[in-house]
This record gives sequence, structure tokens and C-alpha cells, in this order.
Amino acid sequence: MDTIERHTIAALVENEPGVLARVIGLFSGRGYNIESLTVAPVTPDESMSRISIVTSGTPMMIEQIKAQLNRLVPIASVHDLTADGPHVEREFALVKVVASGANRRESLRIADIFHAHVADTTIESFVFSLTGRRDKIESFVELMRALGDVEVARSGVVAIARGSKVL
Amino acid sequence: MASERMTGAEMVIRALVDQGVEVIFGYPGGAVLPIYDALFKQNKLRHVLVRQEGGAVHAAEGYARSTGKVGVVLVTSGPGATNAVTGLTDALMDSIPVVCLTGQVPTHLIGNDAFQECDTTGITRPCTKHNYLVKDVDDMAQTLHEAFHISRSGRPGPVVVDLPKDIQFAEGDYEMPAEIVHKTYKPRLKATNSEVETAVEMLAGAKRPIVYAGGGVINSGPRAHELLTRLVRTTGAPCTLTLMGLGALPASDPHFLGMLGMHGSYEANMAMHGCDVMLCVGARFDDRVTGRLDAFAPNAKKIHIDIDPSSINKNVLVDLPIIGDVAHVLEDILKVWDAKNITPDGGPRQEWWKQIDKWREKDSLNYQKSDTIIKPQYAIQRLYEMTQDRDTYITTEVGQHQMWAAQHFKFEEPKRWMTSGGLGTMGYGLPAAIGVQLAHPDATVVDIAGEASILMNIQEMATAAQYRLPVKIFILNNQYMGMVRQWQELLHGGRYSETYSDALPDFVKLADSFGAVGLRATKPDELDDLITEMLSVDKAVIADVCVDKTENCFPMIPSGAAHNEMLFGPGDSAEKPISESGMVLV
Repeated sequence: MDTIERHTIAALVENEPGVLARVIGLFSGRGYNIESLTVAPVTPDESMSRISIVTSGTPMMIEQIKAQLNRLVPIASVHDLTADGPHVEREFALVKVVASGANRRESLRIADIFHAHVADTTIESFVFSLTGRRDKIESFVELMRALGDVEVARSGVVAIARGSKVL
Repeated sequence: MASERMTGAEMVIRALVDQGVEVIFGYPGGAVLPIYDALFKQNKLRHVLVRQEGGAVHAAEGYARSTGKVGVVLVTSGPGATNAVTGLTDALMDSIPVVCLTGQVPTHLIGNDAFQECDTTGITRPCTKHNYLVKDVDDMAQTLHEAFHISRSGRPGPVVVDLPKDIQFAEGDYEMPAEIVHKTYKPRLKATNSEVETAVEMLAGAKRPIVYAGGGVINSGPRAHELLTRLVRTTGAPCTLTLMGLGALPASDPHFLGMLGMHGSYEANMAMHGCDVMLCVGARFDDRVTGRLDAFAPNAKKIHIDIDPSSINKNVLVDLPIIGDVAHVLEDILKVWDAKNITPDGGPRQEWWKQIDKWREKDSLNYQKSDTIIKPQYAIQRLYEMTQDRDTYITTEVGQHQMWAAQHFKFEEPKRWMTSGGLGTMGYGLPAAIGVQLAHPDATVVDIAGEASILMNIQEMATAAQYRLPVKIFILNNQYMGMVRQWQELLHGGRYSETYSDALPDFVKLADSFGAVGLRATKPDELDDLITEMLSVDKAVIADVCVDKTENCFPMIPSGAAHNEMLFGPGDSAEKPISESGMVLV
């Protein structure tokens, strides 16, 4: 009953000032976790945005999070992708690695294995761009840390349900 | 309807009039001057000048709760808005429809730390149901009408509309929207057939049912109260009410077990503990109601009707959640019940009532009577008996007096009882009474108060004086912040840290200085005369009833205990020490 689960939640919201503050305030005010959160407009007229949230909690807490989100006036709908079935999750990362010699060559080789692209290079550094599930990004970053100084920028998770159904 | 050209400030007045608003509570200031000017030039709206903005919100709450209409507040920017925050939070916790209009610095100064600027929408975001900042005068009409729609529909609550001064001056087109259809906000009102069928089956099969109803019944409207009463009588189930729900079932109904929870009656709490089917109607399993969660109604199948999905499964997992408006759902349940012609099995039901009657014999609200000193419970009991035949409304402050009022005052109808339940705001009662009295000029409106609470918004005596409102303030003066002291007694070895009400004013002289009537009783035989006089004067009254200083509020479920672990009196508390986990609870 009290197991902690991680859920990916998508909320369609009106694209208006303060809506993100309402969502974040809800999470901090009620003591819920945010592991990652991303937001961008998704309709042609930019009137609606999609917020993707990765959160964790007991099943009862996850239910509360969804109900509380639904209660916010500018939120049109809330979807628990984790509970609703199979879905695709992706995260984008930019990873800067400062290394030379064998380590530099090794970083390039690992990047190749991970299908990461070189977005920028200098004599002593690379910036790799990488897309994938969060665990893939985490293992890539971990490997890179062994090779030199690393700086990471991550987008947070975006997700969408598999199949032909459209929200 | 053709649109009309007018300023933003005029639109505010016009929208309020179009919403059927008759009274607004407010306090002027620099950022709302255009609205006050527009107010001056008309005579459809009545403005009531409070003495602090917090009072305005509580007055609007009292007005709203006693009428079922939306209460309206108008305050200035900065401190005007921040002073309103307590009232807004109070209205949010108790689901009271309030629209609060706040002035704001002109749009080009927002964010510049201008004089009397504050981030009103930021500050009020967590303490409102929704809020708006109007940045274009052409959005004004739609926003104001939408604010009323959101405030009163679904689970009601406070809505803030922040109005920059330049928008109040700007001219635009006003048109009342025919109907508000919100893009994303659509509360669900009706239950599905299968939910209703299942609920009826569960209730019909119950051997030991209980109905546990709350403020949602009152918010849903008079029809919900009628339907609840009919449901209770039809099913023959006992019914208990929360603090917010008092009046939802007539207190004289034999099915009524009294209030439940921390200071509820023994029979109500024991029946909650022992029931096999619980029907929760418009209540939210608050911690003051449930006691220790893992021991809450351990053998009950639970049905929960609530309009707010987030209230369901928040504290207690229920077997049948029903999202919808209480009146709609109860109506459907009764229809199915009647159609199926259900008569519950008489045997087990008789047993259940026999058991309940045994619990009732405990007479848990009983107290030690005295000839020499006024017992606070006795004062409330007499107040009840002597106002019974009048058109009476009761407000309270927060503390022991509030619980004694809930225990000993009996309400036959909804909307007669205004108390700060969720937030527990001391200082609520007097401004709320002012709001009630404005809505019901000929009624008897009594604020049952404590001597500490009343001082928190005592400045509103001037409001009562200005508008000649004959509110009656019935102070149970025990010279202590009694409820805090009671907890210090139970949990902190009787070390009364800062809970003595030192340097109290002379309430009789204080009344006099506000042009009100001051009365005092110190002995039981003076009490009836005091109440008689209080009720007969057509002026505001402060009645200083000097009660037993040591009396505590019983029965009580100590924090962290279960419904069947009640304390009944001072002797009781010594025997059962409170657990450490209970101590940390509020």
C-alpha cells in the first residue's frame, strides 16, 4: 500500500500567465515531489500548453496529485500516462565533457554507442546532444563523468501515450 | 444585448448590479479611488465600510453563509489585499463563495515596487479557488462575471480579481455575457446510474448504517437539506453532522446523534466507530472528525458523496466514491430507493438503535451544574432556550466557546450557524455577525465569543455602530485562551504559557465607547436577566458573561486517539496519558 511509485503525468492547461505558478505552488504547498517538469504550448493557436510532470508518491498520493491538479481552474485535463498504459517517454540532454588524449577519444566512442551527436567541439571539449529515456541519459552522463569534467543540461521528461488516440 | 461604453470602474459597479449584488464590504484606498467614485455616483449598491479589510472578508462570509449568495469585498492594493488574506484562506477552507476585488497599482508600475504594491495574485494564489489580474479593460466584464460563476459553482470558494488603477480609468465596452461557459472549468454535478444503484444496495443491506454529513449539504442549497432529512427518515439511519454541517438535519430529529469528532457526542463517535455502512455526504474526513486514521470506522464500507474529487480518498480510502452535487445525488438515491420499495431488515436495525440508545444514556454533553458560578455550557443552554422562538443566527469566534456552542445550541435549519471551521480564525465571529445582520436586518444575530477572540477584530464594533446593527456579542469570559490552556493542561503539565488574558478591557465601558450597550453577569441568577435585556435592546450589545475559569471542553477525543477512546471529564484525562505521536498533532 505504501510503496512509492513514479508516475508521468500530462496536463493540458490554458496558456495564460500564472498557470505554471499554480501547478508548482500546488506541488510545494501540499508537499508533493517534482522530479521533472516541462511546459510548452502545443496547439496551433498557442492557446493550450502541455505540462509533463514526473512525480513520485504512494498510490493514494498520486491520486491526490491528479485530483488536485484537476481542481485548478485553467487545467483542462490530467492524464496519468504511467497508469493509462504503454507510452513513449523521452528526455533531451546536452552534455559537455572536458577531456584530452585517450579520454577524449573514449568519450567520442561512447557517444557513438549512445547515438549522441556532437553539437560543439573545441580542442579540449565536446558538447554532446542526446535523446532517450531518462535511464539512458543517466548512464551516459555517468560514463562521461569518469572521463573528465562534465556539465549537464537536461530538458526533463516529455511523454505521450502509444497508439492512435489523440488528446 | 447591446454593449455600452463606460470606464473600467463603472463596469465593476455595473457587473455587481447585474450579478444581483446588493451589499459590498470594503475599505477605500488609493488604488481603488475610481471604483469608490463610481460607487458614490449610484444608489443600487450599498457599501459597508469596515474598519479593517480582514473584517470585510469575514463580513462577506457571514453574509454569504446566511443567504447562500456570493459575498463581495472591495479593498485597495498592498496592505488592503494582504489584510484580506486571512479571510480568503478562511473562505477557501470552509468553501464559502466570496468575490474579492482588489485595487492594484497601474499596469506600467507592476513589478516596480510601487507605493502600496504587492503581488496580489501571487500571494492569493494558494488561498483562493481562482484569481485574475485584469490587464485590459475589454476583459473586465467577462472576468468579473466569470469570477462570480467560479466562486458560486462546484465547490464554492473565494475568487480574487486584481484591478490595476489605469484599467479602472480606461474606457471600454461592457456587455453582460449571456451564459458563462468556461473552457476548462466544468464541475460534475450528477452521479452515474451504477454509482447510485450501488449506493442504494449498500444502504439497503446495512445492519448498522450511519449518515455522516457536512457543510456540502448546506452549500448545495435548501433542497439538499430537505433531501438529506428525507433520506435519513426513509432509511431510518442515524445521522451525525460535522461542525460545518450543523443545521443540515433538524437537531430535534430523533435520528440526529449530535456533532461528531474531537468534541462530538459519545453516541455520534461510537456509532461512527461501530457502523458497517457509512454514507458521507458533503464532508471531507477532516482530522478533527476522524481521530486516529488507522482506527477510524474499522469495519465500515464507506460511500462518499462530494462535488470535489480531491476530497475523495484524501485521508480515508472509501469503497464507493460518488462525485456530484449533494442535492442531485441524494435525489437520485431516493428515487431508486423509492422505486425499489426497500424496507431494511428490521432485526439488526433495532439492535443498532438499541445500542445507540445505550450510548446516548451516557449523556456525554452533561456537565457539573453550579449555583454559585456560571458554567459556560449553562450560559449557552440558556441562550439557546431564550432565543428558540426568535429568528436567530449564531456566529462564533474560535476556541472552547465555539465547541460549547456547537454542542449545546440546537439548529433546526441550515444557514443559521456561521463558524470558522477549517481555518479556525479567531476574530471571525463579530465581522461575520455584521454580515449576517445586514442580510437579515430583523433577525437576532448573536456572536458567541471568548474574551480573547473578540479582541482580534474588536474594531468592527465601529462598523456595527455606524450602520446601527444590533448584533449581540455574547462573551464567555474565562480570562484564558481557554482551548489553548486546555491543551496545555492535557499535554504540557499545566504550564499555562502566555494563555492568561491579562489586561482585559472593561467590556461594559468598551461597549459604551462604541455607542453600544454593555452588560455583565457574574452569577448564575443574573444570567437570564442579562439575556433578556440583551435581546430586548435594539442596539449592539456586548454581554460580558463571567464564567467558570477552569471549565474545560468535554467530551474529547485527544489527538492521536480513536473514536472509541474519548475522555469525559477532568478526572478521565489523568488516567490515560496521551501518546507521543498524538502530542505532535495539532
